[in-house]
Formats: sequence, structure tokens, C-alpha cells
Amino acid sequence: MDFKKFLPWIILAIIIIGGYSWVKGINNTAVTLGQDVEQSWGDVQTSYQRRNDLIGNLVNTVKGAADFEKSTLTAVIEARAKATQTTIDPTNITPEQLAAFNSAQSGLSSSLSRLLITVEKYPDLKANQNFLKLQDELASTENQILTARTRFNEAVKPYNTHIKTFPNTLFAGIFGFKEKAYFNAVEGADKPVEVKF
Amino acid sequence: MKIPTKKNSNSKGIFQFAFLLMMLLSGNCIFSQFTIPKIPDLQTSVYDYANLFNASEKKQLEEKLIHYADTTTTQIVVITIESLKGEDVSLLATKWAHTWGIGGTKKDDNGVIILVSKNDRKIAINPGYGLEDRLTAGIGGEIIRNIIIPEFKAGSYYNGINKGTDALFDVFKGKYKGSRKQNKQQQDFPVLPFIIIIVFILILASRNKGGGRGNSGNSGGGGPSLLDVIILSNLGRNSGGFGGGSFGGGSSGGGFGGGGFGGGFGGGGFSGGGSSGSW
Repeated sequence: MDFKKFLPWIILAIIIIGGYSWVKGINNTAVTLGQDVEQSWGDVQTSYQRRNDLIGNLVNTVKGAADFEKSTLTAVIEARAKATQTTIDPTNITPEQLAAFNSAQSGLSSSLSRLLITVEKYPDLKANQNFLKLQDELASTENQILTARTRFNEAVKPYNTHIKTFPNTLFAGIFGFKEKAYFNAVEGADKPVEVKF
Repeated sequence: MKIPTKKNSNSKGIFQFAFLLMMLLSGNCIFSQFTIPKIPDLQTSVYDYANLFNASEKKQLEEKLIHYADTTTTQIVVITIESLKGEDVSLLATKWAHTWGIGGTKKDDNGVIILVSKNDRKIAINPGYGLEDRLTAGIGGEIIRNIIIPEFKAGSYYNGINKGTDALFDVFKGKYKGSRKQNKQQQDFPVLPFIIIIVFILILASRNKGGGRGNSGNSGGGGPSLLDVIILSNLGRNSGGFGGGSFGGGSSGGGFGGGGFGGGFGGGGFSGGGSSGSW
């Protein structure tokens, strides 16, 4: 039989099938790792959202409980509104977006800690059970945020490593996989806001 | 003249080396953050690294929490340490519980860690994902403020933790139900090696029928006796290929009380939420 005639075709077919499954592997791994990143980004956003809600409650409690300093409250309300507006498309997290998100949230953090320092002057508020509970919730949420951010970075790392190492990097561009940004620790963000009295 | 000086310089060198080593080691100790110990072999409910409880207190607490885990699958783990080494108590508790995977099952994420640091006078109670809806930070904070810390201030760590865990039982009432899981060791009977051995015996037996060709070295030309088969199959086991499935894996640790959690930690996850306080 003319086995020799078919041999190049067989080899070609093997190469094509092998190459296809190899590239497919690269692509699918990137997709899976990308999903992990998106999922952990969801946790980050949920925890920030939770903090926003709590701050809303806190502002109302503080407003109702005492004749509170207007300027401190307004600063918190404004920072909160700004932080709510800054959202990120989880499928395409760029360093610039992440930096903007970060700075909006840390602006809220700092105005919040100023508010909590001012509360010190109001003993009624400090003894208020609702207020104490809110403080617990806020402290807890700050820890959740830190944990979610850490896990987000941990999820980004294998993704970036996967798409940036040779030879995967050749295909990552073709399939449109971009490097994802890490959370950088903003000043004071490595420690939860001090909400103890 | 020469020899003493040489000796001197030699011993000086040794001293210097020792000094350097000490500096390095102590430097490591000072600057290192808190390192979470590896998951212990016996996974139980109380790890009293700081020795805050006496033996009977520890045993009572341990048995109470194991019994609770047996009836509800919810694992509450109490860990006491000497010092946080500069770490945040709540964050360390999260990391610790997440690393060890405290919780009845991975699906339910129903675990709680109570971390007490003696020298920092700090305590944290963190629930796993599955218990966050019940044990909110506000409720946890109330338990710490109103139940645990007054007892700590009064001088009894045991009373504080004992009453605190009772309060947790109330909080979780009715959420998870279950019965004690078996320890992994007893759980899976090694089926595969068993089948392989039976097949092996069958092959040997059928070969034997065909004239006993391969068994020249055996006694009396009758082919392999049962004893040979057992020895051979044992050899097969020892030479690998059976993947460590040991027979009769022993009933170690399965008993009630003191045996740790049935099935060990279930791999629960922690979000970082929780409450903390200091006394």
C-alpha cells in the first residue's frame, strides 16, 4: 500500500490536533483563572458595598442621637457618594480604574475615621447600644474588606503568571487576555480603621 | 607561642560565629510575624497554647464543644496564644481559621474561631461564611462585651469562654443538624487492593491448572499453596502499586470524648468578618 503517501498527512493531522489542544489548554486555563479573579472581585465589591450601607446607618444614628457637628457629617456623606459612583467593570480591571476606586474608598475611610474621633466628645452616643453594634459591624466589615483585597491579589497572581510566561504570552495577546491589576496598599489601608474607644 | 594564639583566635572565631548565630536567630524571633502552626494531627476543639485553662477545665470545654459538633456539625474552636506579635487579633483569627479549614463541611462553612491572646488582652470571635447571618459582628460584639470580658476581668478565662460558647449555642440554635462523622481513617475500606489481590489469586490458580509450569521452586510440585498465594500477594503489596491502603486501619481516635472532631476540620472558609474586644 501507499503508506508513504499518507505519512505526511498523518503527521500534519497529529500536529494540528496536538497544537489545537495545547492552545485550547492555554486559553481555557486563562479563562478559568480569570473567572477566579472576577469572583474575588465580587467579594471585594460586596464588602465595600456593605460598608457603604453601614456608613449610611451610622450617619443616621449619629444625626439622630446628638446635635452633631455638621461639617464632619457632610464630609462623610460626600465621600460616600463619591465612593458609590466609582465602579469597575470586573472583566476589564485596569490599573487606572483600580487606583481611582482605591482613592475614592480611602477618602471615605479617612473621613469616616474623623467622624469616629469626633464621636468621642458625645458620651451619650458612646453608651448607645445601637451605636456600639454599628461600630462592631463596621470594624468587622473593614476586616472583610482587607481579607477580600488580599484574596483578590492572590487570585490575580496565578492569572498574570499564566498569561505572562512564555510561550503563553504569545497567545494571550491574540485571545485578548490582558494583565490584571493588583490592589496596592494605600496609605493606612493595611490597617483597619481604628474604631475602638 | 604560636599554638596558644592560634587556639585563642580559633575559639574567638567560634564565639563570634555563635554570637552571630544567636543574633540571627533572635532577630528572626523579634521580627517574624505570628506564624500559624500546621494543622495538628488531632483536630479538636481547644488549643490552649497559652495555658489559660487547667486540665479539667480544658477537658470539660473540649468535650462540650466536641459534643456540640457531633450534634450540629458546627465546629467551635478555642485557641489561646501568648502574644499576637504585633498582628491584628481579628485578621489573625481569620487567617488561622481559614488555613486550618475550621468548620463542619466545606459546603456549609459552619465554623467559629475564638482566639484569645493573653499578653495583648485581646479576643476575637469570627464566624465562617455559613454562620455570618446568625453571628453578626454586632451580636458577637455584645457577647464579648457583656458576657466574656466581665468574666475575664473577674479573673476566670474558663468562665468567660464557657459562658461565651453557651451564648453562641443560643445564637446558632436550630441552624445546622447532623451526627458525628467517622474519622477518615476508618471511613474508606480499601476496595481496590482487595480486588487486585483476588484477581491475582485467580490468575495464579488458573495457571496452576495448566500444569504448574512456573512453580519449580515450590514444595512437592503441587503448585502454590494458599500460604504461597498469601505471601506472594503480600510481596505484591510491599513492592508498591497498592497505594498505601492498609487493612484494618485501626479504630484509633474514634471513641467519644478526647478523640477530637469526628472527621477532623471540614475545610470551612472565613470572610474576615467577626468581632473583637479587649479587656
